[in-house]
Parts: sequence; structure tokens; C-alpha cells
Amino acid sequence: MNQEKYLQDLAEIKEMMNRSSRFISLSGLSGVSAGIIALIGAYAAYETVYNNQNYFDYRHASITQESILQLVLIAALTLVGAVGTGIYFTTRESKKRKQKIWDTQSKRLLINLAIPLFTGGFLSLILIREGLIGLVAPITLIFYGLALVNASKYTLGELRSLGILEIILGLVGCVYIGYGLVFWAIGFGILHIAYGLVMHFKYQQA
Amino acid sequence: MKNILKDLNKAFENKIRLAIMSALLVNDYLDFNSLKELLDVTDGNLASHLKSLETKNYVSFKKEFLNRKSHTKYSATEEGKLAFKLHIKAIEKLLK
Repeated sequence: MNQEKYLQDLAEIKEMMNRSSRFISLSGLSGVSAGIIALIGAYAAYETVYNNQNYFDYRHASITQESILQLVLIAALTLVGAVGTGIYFTTRESKKRKQKIWDTQSKRLLINLAIPLFTGGFLSLILIREGLIGLVAPITLIFYGLALVNASKYTLGELRSLGILEIILGLVGCVYIGYGLVFWAIGFGILHIAYGLVMHFKYQQA
Repeated sequence: MKNILKDLNKAFENKIRLAIMSALLVNDYLDFNSLKELLDVTDGNLASHLKSLETKNYVSFKKEFLNRKSHTKYSATEEGKLAFKLHIKAIEKLLK
């Protein structure tokens, strides 16, 4: 029997199943860059909200009309920076793998990512409007985690564990609301960087 | 040994047909162009292999009109999925 041929057949079947159903060009470096930008954003927000208070103490956010505007600006810049560098690194990666960046797989990934993400975004806006600002940081973590778990079926499976970590962090953050920004920085900053490095060495350097 | 060989399916011996079935097993449907990009084959080549899978009743298709352009969605039939799974199992047994 031609064992070589069958081994190769099996490998090809597996490869095609993966390639046809998942977007595999997600770059690890995009996670690292998003994490770094998130940390800068968190620091800027920290300076805005906790003006002249002690570091690492439980505290209340002091938010004025002026600082809300500043916070929204910081949030927008952080988002644009993180998404922008993410697209840049992922485009580079997909060129290397000869996978199109805008195809059935990436569309499916984005739609499944977007549904929980936009839900969390709108909920955050409602919470800000109701004055429940302390809940915004943990809520964004929880919904981002749910979005990752949901989207992980359509890309690298490891995204699922990152999502679960974000959800846990968000739930803990809901209990310790005074440390909201610290949890947010761990979730969006440090976890992204760690996850990005792991993925980078696992997939790109192999 | 004879039983295993019975499940090995001649229809999937060709690489392109093997790839088509693999892709259709994990997707509800794929259109012609997505399949073409995935497999990196020519129109004619893909069409003839799809045709041969159709005649075996392993693949079915649905024509739709999107912005007045015809759009053919291919999917694996239940029969095709079963035959392909048996084929994979047979390969795995052979390799043991």
C-alpha cells in the first residue's frame, strides 16, 4: 500500500479544512502592538481621571465635563491606533500566507466578533449616560472576552482562552470597581502583549 | 483488509476532489470563486471536478442572483459527507 500518499492525503484534508473555515493570518504582532497602545491609553486615562491622588490606592474617579471629553478622545485614539496597527500587521501576515485579507473567512470572523463587541459598546455608552462610569472598564472587558470566545471558532483556536481570561478579569473588575482601570490595563494591555508574543513565536517563527 | 479497501473511495483519489470535499465538509456552502481561490485551480479544472462529484450525488449546488450576477453556491450532500468520512476513516485504518 502506498502509505506515503495516504499520509499526505490526510495532511491535505486537515490543511484544507482549516484554511477554508478559519482566518489563520491573524498576526501575533498585532496583539503586541494593540497591547502597548492600550497601556499608553490606560496611562493617559489614569492621569486624566485620578489627578492628584495616590497611586495604587482604592479611589474614586473624579470626572468633570471637561475630563469626559478628554477621556472620549483618549479612547478614540487608542481604538484607532490598536485597530490600525492590527490591520497593518495582519495584512502583512496574510500576504506572506497568500491568504486574502477580505474573504469569506475574514468576513465571518469580523461579523462574529462585532456582535458582542457592539453590544458591549452600546451598553457602555448607556452606562456613561446613567453615570455608572465605574462599570464601564469591567463591562468592556467582559464583552470583549465574549466577542473573542465567539470569534475563536473562525480563527486560531487559542483566541478562545484569551477570551475566557478577559471575561474572568472583567467579572473580578466588577467587584473591585475602584481598580477598574488597573484591570482594564491588565486585560487589554498585558494579556494582549503576552498572547501576541506566544502566537508570534508559535506560528510565525516555526 | 478487504472491508477497509471497500470504503476507500475512488471519487476522492484525485487531489482536487479531495480538497473540494474537505472544504465543503466544514463549510455550509462555498461559492465557485471562493473554492477557486482556496484550491488555486482554473475555472475549467474546478468545474469538471465539481461536475464529477455532482454526478456521484456528493455535491449539490444552488444558483442565486446577487446584484444581477449569478452566484453558485456549492455544498456537500449528506451522502457525500458520509462517503467522505468513511474514506477518511479507511485511510486512518490503513495507516495504523
